[in-house]
Amino acid sequence: MDPLHQFQINPLFQIVLGGYDVSFTNSAFFMVVAVAAIYALLVMGVANKSMVPGRLQSLAEMFYEFVANLVRDNAGHDARPYFPFVFSIFMFVLIGNMIGMIPYTFTFTSHIIVTFALAATVFVFVTILALMKHGLHFFSFFMPHGAPIALAPILIPIEVISYVMRPVSLSIRLFANMMAGHTMLKVFAGFTVMMISGMGALGFVTGLVPLAINVALTGFEFLVAFLQAYVFSILTCLYIRDALELH
Amino acid sequence: MPNLLAKGRLARWSGVAGASLATLTTMAGTVLAAAAEHAPDAAHGGEHASGGLPQLNPANFPTQIFWLALTFGVLYYLMSKKALPRVAEVLEARQERISRDLAKAAQLKEEAEAILAQVEKSLAGARSQAQGVIAEASAEIEANNQARQAQLNADISERLRNAEASIAAAKEQALANIRAESTGIVQDITGRLAGVEVDQAQADAAVAAVLEERRG
Repeated sequence: MDPLHQFQINPLFQIVLGGYDVSFTNSAFFMVVAVAAIYALLVMGVANKSMVPGRLQSLAEMFYEFVANLVRDNAGHDARPYFPFVFSIFMFVLIGNMIGMIPYTFTFTSHIIVTFALAATVFVFVTILALMKHGLHFFSFFMPHGAPIALAPILIPIEVISYVMRPVSLSIRLFANMMAGHTMLKVFAGFTVMMISGMGALGFVTGLVPLAINVALTGFEFLVAFLQAYVFSILTCLYIRDALELH
Repeated sequence: MPNLLAKGRLARWSGVAGASLATLTTMAGTVLAAAAEHAPDAAHGGEHASGGLPQLNPANFPTQIFWLALTFGVLYYLMSKKALPRVAEVLEARQERISRDLAKAAQLKEEAEAILAQVEKSLAGARSQAQGVIAEASAEIEANNQARQAQLNADISERLRNAEASIAAAKEQALANIRAESTGIVQDITGRLAGVEVDQAQADAAVAAVLEERRG
């Protein structure tokens, strides 16, 4: 009945590496499942190389073109080489979120450490990209164009903080949405169970109310699962654009 | 994806919504968990006694980071080296096929139009030739007809003339006969009725006078 029980990490078998516990857990299992599912979808989808695509091929092509358009529209044409990176991010988060919608699975995107590590990867990637592209000129990014030089002592710290906070907001947004949604589903499901066990026959009637809410929430969760993957990758694209163009 | 999702606003909105939902539901969850713990039949009562969000337990961090790095690394490798090039290949092949087919269609259309122009040209030639033949034939027929008509007319008038001549001859003959007969009859009648002997010359003159009178 504990709505947070679903976030529990359970090791499936123990692995210790260099003094750290890196056991293969339920979280790791579903990460592997997500990668396998994404790879299978894409490779099996286009295995036939049909001119007129079937269902699976349409899906694979749809994902490809969706992310390709996302990168082109938000990161610009120069961002073409980083398309596989954004595609991996989008698919990993999307499939991770969607797997979480299946009962009895584990949603690895509801763990702050996972989303933060992903966001940090984006942050490090984007910063290295900007440094490689613009060298030390990159640091001019923290001083907005045309702002009076006298404001620099205020503006530069603000810009630096907002830049450094990017991975934090990126990771918390995804983590909070996923955790909140899944907790809410469990809470309302718990209400139904409590009503039935507490009120007897009447509980079967009143229990329908949280059940109905849960049905609506499930639909909403699917939207959130897609939307958060979309937001995560669109922000990645915008950060890549900032790195490429600086202003 | 829709422009209606204004990016910045969407991100901010969903962040705020997510954070507030997280707070609310965590509170609700904690209350519910507490209630469950106090319930006499709580099966999992002791299990979460370790407390707090599993997400905030640092003991879980190394394994999660390790497996995320591993799986995401593998995913990136598979996507960039294997899966995406294949999808791109299929999409490019289709694009190429479509543009090739379009070019071919345009070429065939051009050819068809050339053939159509040629056909129309030869059709026009044939039509003018046919008209020439028709005009020639109808002129020939017309000439033929006129010749025959003239021949026929000549024939008919020849016959008419012959017939008229023979009719006139017959008429003269008949008139002459009538005069001779009449002269005899006149002599006979005057001899019988009046007892006057009229000689042939006189009778003939009288008959001629009467005939002349009638005819006139």
